[in-house]
Amino acid sequence: MLRRASMLLACRPILAARARPFSTDLPAAPSADATFTEAWTKVIPNMDPPKTPLSFMQPRPPTPSSIPSKLTVNFVLPYASELATKEVDMVIVPATTGQMGILPGHVATIAELKPGVLSVHEGSEMTKYFVSSGFVFIHANSFADIIAVEAVPLDRLDVNLVQKGLAEFTSKLSSATTDLEKAEAQIGIDVHSALNSALTG
Amino acid sequence: MAMAALRREGRRFAPLISPRPITAVRSSPIVPTHEYEGPIGVRYISTQVVRNRMKSVKNIQKITKAMKMVAASKLRAVQTKAENSRGLWQPFTALLGDLPSVDVKKNVVVTISSDKGLCGGINSTSVKISKGIYKLNSGPEKETKYVILGEKAKAQLIRDSKKDIELIITELQKNPLSYTQVSVLADEILKNVEYDALRIVFNKFHSVVSFVPTVSTVLSPEIVERESESGGKLGELDSYEVEGGETKGEILQNLAEFQFSCVMFNAVLENACSEQGARMSAMDSSSRNAGDMLDRLTLTYNRTRQASITTELIEIISGASALEG
Repeated sequence: MLRRASMLLACRPILAARARPFSTDLPAAPSADATFTEAWTKVIPNMDPPKTPLSFMQPRPPTPSSIPSKLTVNFVLPYASELATKEVDMVIVPATTGQMGILPGHVATIAELKPGVLSVHEGSEMTKYFVSSGFVFIHANSFADIIAVEAVPLDRLDVNLVQKGLAEFTSKLSSATTDLEKAEAQIGIDVHSALNSALTG
Repeated sequence: MAMAALRREGRRFAPLISPRPITAVRSSPIVPTHEYEGPIGVRYISTQVVRNRMKSVKNIQKITKAMKMVAASKLRAVQTKAENSRGLWQPFTALLGDLPSVDVKKNVVVTISSDKGLCGGINSTSVKISKGIYKLNSGPEKETKYVILGEKAKAQLIRDSKKDIELIITELQKNPLSYTQVSVLADEILKNVEYDALRIVFNKFHSVVSFVPTVSTVLSPEIVERESESGGKLGELDSYEVEGGETKGEILQNLAEFQFSCVMFNAVLENACSEQGARMSAMDSSSRNAGDMLDRLTLTYNRTRQASITTELIEIISGASALEG
């Protein structure tokens, strides 16, 4: 009797998982790459062709004729999606060429990010994050994709640790011998001074 | 094995007639009982062999059930990570599109597999797909190389494609998967392997019972330039302004490397999820099989036991009636 009860308990989670698909998975868009599937079925007729990422993505809306009122932002990190298709007014990103403001109707751009503060403006509220680095893609249909490696809200940063890190990396730079060490120390200095200015400024 | 055990115990093997027709249909290795002549001419039917088998099958059932629980808990841990990392590759596909049918000279197939076994057929599927892509992209002046992650794919691919393997990486899951680890890995691969197109083969996790083999393509910056100039799917790439950096090529290079590490991260997580899910279902079916086998063995055991009791009774009664009459 105990065995049957434990079997039931074991079976139930599997059934539940089968019935409920992944909640964060996007519905499969039917557009698969036709040339690939054709070429595959010609060469390897016995196997089903593998799926490609295109079939797991929702297609983006085309460029509208008039400038939309809101910017749609996707802010993703490797371990979380901070903002997913959120409609905001403006986003300011720390590009390598300086702080860049993105409004709806911005020209299509690919920009690399440097360590700095990213702020999202929605109505009257503003959320600030410190991003380590990454890329931002601005598409013509007022969609902005920000991909960062690490991003933290500013209140999670500790001033003392930042100062300590800055001092540590400055001393490392002065004592560095090889180019690699110099580059690493320089990167550390860049990040920490950006953190410093983010916290003070 | 049963014969050796019998010989060791010095018993003569004589098959019983009654249970044999039933069990012979099932599986031949079951040797239910054996008779032997005792010293006074009394016949015993020993259930020792069946009992030993039952004990070992029960142990197997316990082990596979435990493995299933372990896989379920590991799955829960990796599943959240994989779910969260799904947003990572979408911006790249939205920008650069997905061109698995691109025609390039140097292809690199990155096959992601598991280190441990007992996880069903997912590793064989990945290897078959990798070999299929190799075949698809074979032609004059074209070459395809393999980069293998995981022991299982290494074992399968080393047999016939040894000369095409560039890099083998194992023990990926020794420490919990993190983006830093995967980006270092991606860096290694990009440094050591020349590529025009990288095709990452992995099993995408849909649910505990469904894993879809998927191939993601990452193109090198030169090929991206070539495709965008020739129009077609990447034609709009030219319309994108490129901020910062000295040249567009530099930014595209960084972009390609970043894309590769992001796609790899997601692929490795999804494959880990698929591995745990496949192991769960493999162990589940294994424990169910063991349970079925145990039921059949129990029936045989009881039948043998009852037959021996009946034989004893018959002998006693016939002996008694011989004395009387």
